[in-house]
Amino acid sequence: MATAEVYPASEPERWTYLDRVRTRAGPFTNPDAFDGTVVAEAVENMKILVIGAGGLGCELLKNLALSGFKNIHVIDMDTIDISNLNRQFLFRQADVGKSKAEVAAKFVEQRVKGVKITAHNCKIQEKDEDFYMQFQIVVCGLDSIEARRWINATLVNMVDEDVEDSYKPLIDGGTEGFKGQARVIFPTVTSCIECQLDMHAPRAAVPLCTLASIPRQPEHCIEWAHVIAWDREKPFPELDKDDPEHITWLYQKALLRAHEFKIPGVTYALTQGVVKNIIPAIAATNSVIAAACCNEAFKIATNCAPSLGYPDANYMMYSGNDNIYTYTFRHEKKDDCPVCGNLARELVVDPAWTLRELVDSFAVRPEAQLKKPSIRAESKTLYMQSPKSLEEKTRPNLDKTLIELGLANDEEIGVTDPAFATVSFKFKLKFQKSE
Amino acid sequence: MAEIVMSQTPPILHGPSEKEKKYDRQLRLWAASGQAALESANLLLVNSGTGGVGIETLKNLVLPGIGRFAIYDEAIVSEADLGLNFFLDEDSLGKARSQSLTAHLLELNPEVQGASYPDEEGVTDLQSLLATSPMFTAIMYAHPILPEQLSLLQTYGQLHKTPLVAIHSAGFYSYFKINLPGDFPIVDTHPDETATTDLRLLSPWPELVEFAKGMTKDIDTLDAYEHGHLPYVTILLHYLEQWKESHGGAYPLTYKEKIQFRKMIQAAARTDNAEGGEENFEEAAAAVLKTVVPPSLPSGLREVFEYEPKETIEERSSFWIIADAIKAFHAKHKALPLRGNVPDMKAQSKVYIQLQNIYKTKARQDAAEVLVTAQALEPGRHFDLAEVELFCKNAPFVKLINATGGGGNASPGSVDRLREVTAQEFTNDESAEVTLAPLSLVPIYLALQATSHVVSASADDILAGIAKVVPGASDNERVVSAACEVARAEGGELHNIAALTGGMVAQELIKIITKQYVPIDNTCIFDGIESRCQVLRL
Repeated sequence: MATAEVYPASEPERWTYLDRVRTRAGPFTNPDAFDGTVVAEAVENMKILVIGAGGLGCELLKNLALSGFKNIHVIDMDTIDISNLNRQFLFRQADVGKSKAEVAAKFVEQRVKGVKITAHNCKIQEKDEDFYMQFQIVVCGLDSIEARRWINATLVNMVDEDVEDSYKPLIDGGTEGFKGQARVIFPTVTSCIECQLDMHAPRAAVPLCTLASIPRQPEHCIEWAHVIAWDREKPFPELDKDDPEHITWLYQKALLRAHEFKIPGVTYALTQGVVKNIIPAIAATNSVIAAACCNEAFKIATNCAPSLGYPDANYMMYSGNDNIYTYTFRHEKKDDCPVCGNLARELVVDPAWTLRELVDSFAVRPEAQLKKPSIRAESKTLYMQSPKSLEEKTRPNLDKTLIELGLANDEEIGVTDPAFATVSFKFKLKFQKSE
Repeated sequence: MAEIVMSQTPPILHGPSEKEKKYDRQLRLWAASGQAALESANLLLVNSGTGGVGIETLKNLVLPGIGRFAIYDEAIVSEADLGLNFFLDEDSLGKARSQSLTAHLLELNPEVQGASYPDEEGVTDLQSLLATSPMFTAIMYAHPILPEQLSLLQTYGQLHKTPLVAIHSAGFYSYFKINLPGDFPIVDTHPDETATTDLRLLSPWPELVEFAKGMTKDIDTLDAYEHGHLPYVTILLHYLEQWKESHGGAYPLTYKEKIQFRKMIQAAARTDNAEGGEENFEEAAAAVLKTVVPPSLPSGLREVFEYEPKETIEERSSFWIIADAIKAFHAKHKALPLRGNVPDMKAQSKVYIQLQNIYKTKARQDAAEVLVTAQALEPGRHFDLAEVELFCKNAPFVKLINATGGGGNASPGSVDRLREVTAQEFTNDESAEVTLAPLSLVPIYLALQATSHVVSASADDILAGIAKVVPGASDNERVVSAACEVARAEGGELHNIAALTGGMVAQELIKIITKQYVPIDNTCIFDGIESRCQVLRL
């Protein structure tokens, strides 16, 4: 078989290996979508956004810079902590306290000449649709479900069927210990992060009465110190989970309580882990997951090989703690997805509930996970968290039952939450009496 | 003396050290013991080809604090290296690749030592490096490698019992293959917490029986608070006794019986309260299927019991002696030593702690018995109680990797083995449409393996090479496609695939060095087009 021609863009020697693959079709390349003569230049002109400059983010920036992308933006509000240095390889001891986005951007720009990286040291929620509209691809390396849901909802909302450029592929990675996942979302076309929300069920909270009167585990003692003792004694004006003095206070309180109940196992590290909800993280797993994400970004940008997302698999689960397993599969789009579906999602409720019970239930339902919901019925506003005047006006509704509020079976309600900008989650009430 | 004084003093309230802070997120995975193992490890990377994947692996080991690494790489940095390797820059052009890579990697962690070869102090080739260097804990090499270098490494590996890891990454494909020097047992496998509950409800020992009876003897007249706070272990033990009385002394063992037993528990819950039920009875009912089980011997441990190591008893590691002692324990008691952990359950603090102590005490007694047996098997040897306790605690989850022989298959690493596995994989693929199993990735391995020692080859050459090793395989359509895909890259790596593979290899080396978690046995193949991998024993 003769070797096909290579069509390099700039710096042909530097990108020798990349050009062999991205500018020449292989046996799996879709010939209708691929044009090797223009691909190198096209990628160089693309703008790609990286969300998060932490464990995954550092890897993402390196990988994209070495995948032919030349115009990269990165957004992160965090500063560098000493516990980042075991994996966030763009940071050094001397960088502790500086902006992650700025240090990471500068490092990669210096190492890989010709790549421009623009840093945004802020929250993703501070940027508007115009900002996100300028990118062709968005890659996420985040540690919070909430931020993922926000960017997902924003990108789905931005889709305008008549404007091809309004579809922004979203590639998302996440890790925990030796495990992780990488997924590709074509907003409104394939299953979105909200469709997949039940794969990240919230951890069951320990009942307050266990903490208050019958602790059995070291975690119960720590949560007691965190939730009850802190509030009662207020040793500092506000709890700063990154302040060792604050953690030490909680640790001491937890230790005393554990001693009282003869519970072994309270340590400083465990206290910190419980209070900050620390997830173990290592360089190796970040390397796997970030590279899997960037490999998809590379395939989407070049069409030189089929990517995850459409029409088949869109999700890769990776597990490395016992042997190595990947499970690459298709997660189906849900018609009743509150973000990208057309149908309202069914919500089983007891008509005898008060509105307050309904409001509270949104936080714990795996399919909703909304902490500060405001609720509208088809014809009237039921409860608004803000502004203050509306909250006061709608507060009396909280003690009325759903029946008293005139709600009916099969009625649709719209729910908004400040964590998700302008998105309205659609739910359809399904009345069912509790036993 | 000092130790005794320490344990009597209340714990000192000091925060973590700087090092503990830096490594906090990984210490939560492999603890101080794993970290110490990493810090005393000495790795060699023999880098060749386009040189990306080995460096990405090392990056992931330097960051968590591997003790020392050495890079052997004969290449001079070229422009093309800069488009692939993040640990080279424009200043590196024209210099020895090993030197620039080492310098840049060392910037990542001041606690790590590194050296590059060939150097100017007499180590001019791989042979002299292997002859003069401190012993390596493990060696990685990247394909394509010169056959004579490979044979030097294999000789070294056999002589010093050093794990060897071959890595090959080209275009969208990669594989790596771990060659362990012998059987590799792991005790600290970190099983999922949910899988570890062993409550011995069907073979309770006297102290547990007595405790449960004491708690439940007046179960019907207990006040609401006490009844609602009976730990579910005592609830299950109580109703198991009742069940036995009405079933001729037999336990509920079949699925149907267990469902009936569960109903019995559910019916026993009091409903005359505000909640209309009792949480502890709900917990008890939910635990029936998982915890009302007779003791069993998990397959991983059975394999360990049945395995006969090649070494004489004196030469064997303490793992094998303790395993024999546990085997004797199991033969005598028809059960493994008790693990001793009790899951959280609704109960009063004092009662729960008592229950926990009953399980812990029994676990300690069982471990002590195993220690005595081990000592009797090997009187001259010192056994560490902590090691015996860890083994007893993890006994149901121990794993044996790279056990030689058994099953009548061709031995791993041989051509016969590759032919056998290839044939089996192709057969499996024929029914993939029915079984919905993913298609085999063995074609990728075959295509890459055909370029183990050449920088690049045409698809026809690759297919001809495959035909020589596995006759007939080159007619397979998917093998032809894989060969074309490998030819497309002409031996060049894509950074993403190098980084991804380097992450997997680093995970495996961490598992092997710390002897924690379970490494692969023995080859992992990755397909970057479909984004999935497959592990095969080749």
